[in-house]
Amino acid sequence: MEVRVTEARTHSVEAEVASRSPTAVAMRRISMSFGGVRALEDVDFDVRWGEVHALLGENGAGKSTLMKILEGVYRPDSGEILVEGKPVSLRSADDARAHGIAMVFQEFSLVPTLTVAQNVLLGNERKTRLGLLDDRAAVETTSRIFEEMNVDLDPRAEIGALPAGYWQITEIAKALSQHARILVLDEPTASLTKDETQALFDQLRVLRAAGIAIVYISHRMAEIYDIADRITVMRDGRKIRTDTVAQFPVGEVISEMLGRAAERQLRRVNPQTTSPVHDPAAPPLLQIRGLHSANGINGLDLEIRAGEIVGLAGLMGSGRSELVRAVFGIDKVTAGTISVAGREVKIRNPRDAIEAGLALVPEDRRVEGLVLAHTVEANTRLPTIAAGWHGWLATNVGDQLAQKMVERLDVRTSSVRKPVGLLSGGNQQKVVIGKWLLTEPEVFMLDEPTAGIDIGAKLQIIETLRQFADGGKAVLVISSELQELLEISDRIVVLRDGRADRELTPDEFESEEALHRALQGV
Amino acid sequence: MSTTTVAPREGSSGLGRLKRLDWRQNLIFLGFVGIFVIFAVTLSSKGFLNPDNLLNIVRQTSTISVMAVGMVFVIGAAQIDLSVGSTAGLASVTAAVAISSWGTVPGILVGLATGIAVGGINGFFVTVVGVPSFLTTLGMLGIAEGAAMWATGAVPQNIVDPTFTNLFGSADIGPVPGLLVWTLVAVGLGHVVLRRTAFGRRVLATGGNTRAALFSGVNTKRVVFAVLVLSGALAGVAGMLYAGRFHTGSYQTGTGDELSVIAAVILGGTSLFGGRASVVGALIGSLMIGLLNNGLILMGLDSSQQQIASGAIIILAVAITRSSR
Repeated sequence: MEVRVTEARTHSVEAEVASRSPTAVAMRRISMSFGGVRALEDVDFDVRWGEVHALLGENGAGKSTLMKILEGVYRPDSGEILVEGKPVSLRSADDARAHGIAMVFQEFSLVPTLTVAQNVLLGNERKTRLGLLDDRAAVETTSRIFEEMNVDLDPRAEIGALPAGYWQITEIAKALSQHARILVLDEPTASLTKDETQALFDQLRVLRAAGIAIVYISHRMAEIYDIADRITVMRDGRKIRTDTVAQFPVGEVISEMLGRAAERQLRRVNPQTTSPVHDPAAPPLLQIRGLHSANGINGLDLEIRAGEIVGLAGLMGSGRSELVRAVFGIDKVTAGTISVAGREVKIRNPRDAIEAGLALVPEDRRVEGLVLAHTVEANTRLPTIAAGWHGWLATNVGDQLAQKMVERLDVRTSSVRKPVGLLSGGNQQKVVIGKWLLTEPEVFMLDEPTAGIDIGAKLQIIETLRQFADGGKAVLVISSELQELLEISDRIVVLRDGRADRELTPDEFESEEALHRALQGV
Repeated sequence: MSTTTVAPREGSSGLGRLKRLDWRQNLIFLGFVGIFVIFAVTLSSKGFLNPDNLLNIVRQTSTISVMAVGMVFVIGAAQIDLSVGSTAGLASVTAAVAISSWGTVPGILVGLATGIAVGGINGFFVTVVGVPSFLTTLGMLGIAEGAAMWATGAVPQNIVDPTFTNLFGSADIGPVPGLLVWTLVAVGLGHVVLRRTAFGRRVLATGGNTRAALFSGVNTKRVVFAVLVLSGALAGVAGMLYAGRFHTGSYQTGTGDELSVIAAVILGGTSLFGGRASVVGALIGSLMIGLLNNGLILMGLDSSQQQIASGAIIILAVAITRSSR
């Protein structure tokens, strides 16, 4: 039987774009208030065809509000939006989509049990003449989109079985299938590994070459200089500056984002300004010998001394997360020894790890770190009462503990009785760190502690870790942001194939390039 | 880490505490009072407000309330126990048989042990084998009822032991029905354990986010095992309360109660998805269901109409609390 595609994508992207004015969308003098609070004030923002325009600012600077206006979710109090020079009214997400504007979601909106093709055409399904679903046409349509995108991905694969990197690609394909020509990507690499990020960037370059206009929101500076053409910085609801990447160096971007606070806070990050309290005679706080795990650790040795912050670097699949998961008793350890402060410990589950003096801030704070519906107080107190007999729990004790933690880490919350899910990402992460500090661990392990959070919270977290280490404790930090790793680590261990492959001391890692080379093993 | 200079918590006064109360809980409480007032006005001539009638509602709902306390913990931990009704039936039978063979105290122990054993088997399959609690307890619903029927040849077992029957629900202490005392003790203990002990926190953390609880050092499997045993034990107690009140143990005891128990718990503000739970709310939910059944029958509805009306009101009540969130 001959397959008939009812609505084929007949137009080519290049042909369509050629006839257009250079500006895809322009937002003019946009202002908006929420209940008397100015969220945006006279903001001008535009994106050109074939451009990646990075939108930067701390959390609360107004980026999300501005983009929600572009997506038709919010309506501005004043100002106008022009698509291709013509004023438009965006009253809903449907309006925005009709003008070719699409959001590629940060929290993925795919159905894991459906195939790639079924997800791409979700709500827009191909049907046979009898009105039944036409899977073959769906696969063909999706293949054609992937061909234009220059992606090698089987449309018949089930989403849930694919790595996260492909989900973003599928999201983009879904937007393109709905004829989107202006894409908004909000923190698209937050849950991607370095390799997946590179694949996504290759993808974005293809789209840019095809004339698609891209708004790119991210907290990761290195990425922005890798992919963006222009940068706009927002602060306190205003547009501060728009410039090309070449004329807007990273130091200026950061100081514009932070305002006056930038200089003072950035200097504190530098590990050389504080002196670690090494005692060469004492046994290492954490000593790992010949560790093997059921999940990809193959004979790993690692030592961390009191006062040290050790950074853990490695490419995708090198075993960074797998190492801390094994040490913390989540993945099964099959061989090797773990010693804390010179004493060998047997760790079969997180409870054993906590009792041995370990703490882990897991990679995904929303899934593994917090009970989002519960209060700051309940989350803060959980590890300390996770086992054993505690008798009557007096509420004021919990509130006081939580209050102390909130003040120490500067968590922005109106009350410790507020559900933690209502806090911003950075403040949520501070609560995860705070709940572990209350257990008074000897060794603090953190897996991507600053992913997707604003610079203010990031600096606060880094400073907290430095203080913790200066108190004679050990810290192990995993980060895919090499710049950050360089800034906070006293020593960097590079993993490869589940083993410690190289070690870099401070004088060896003066530049990100050196670390890059170490990661690639050249 | 010895500093205790902490700003006083806002709203620790009585008024602040009242303001902070979950308003959804207030809503179910208001609904309860509202229905009570409506019945009190419209049915006053039919003896609704007669103390005997009101105490009767308490007696009729006591077994549901006791089982609901266990179910709050089960649902709070994001599990379900569909076997409570037939576990109560099995416990009523084993207690009755043990009383006639060995006496009062062994009978009580056997009844309680029956509930704990059923809960333990449920817990084993859910936590060790990994069968979802919905399926495990659905299977156990049939097994417990079948076992009770088989062991007795479907013949109700009479209990002629005044000590037992008086202790388990037949006697009143002055004007107070023994069943009311059982209800208040179960609810009081349940409330304290859920709100004021580490175990209660672990149950809610496990239900709210199992992975985060596990990563925080909670033995989540042990928690799930414990709540299923607790639910089984309380179902055993409820079965003995039925047996004491009716002077008989029967496989038909408690049949279908699981639905009333779950309805009472959800009406009381416990989230069906776990993580948020209220024992006091479940008591109100249970009383509200009893109140509805009683009032609708006094209104002159027959049993079939009453079932339709109370079912509709339950859906409506939950719909109101959900939609206005």
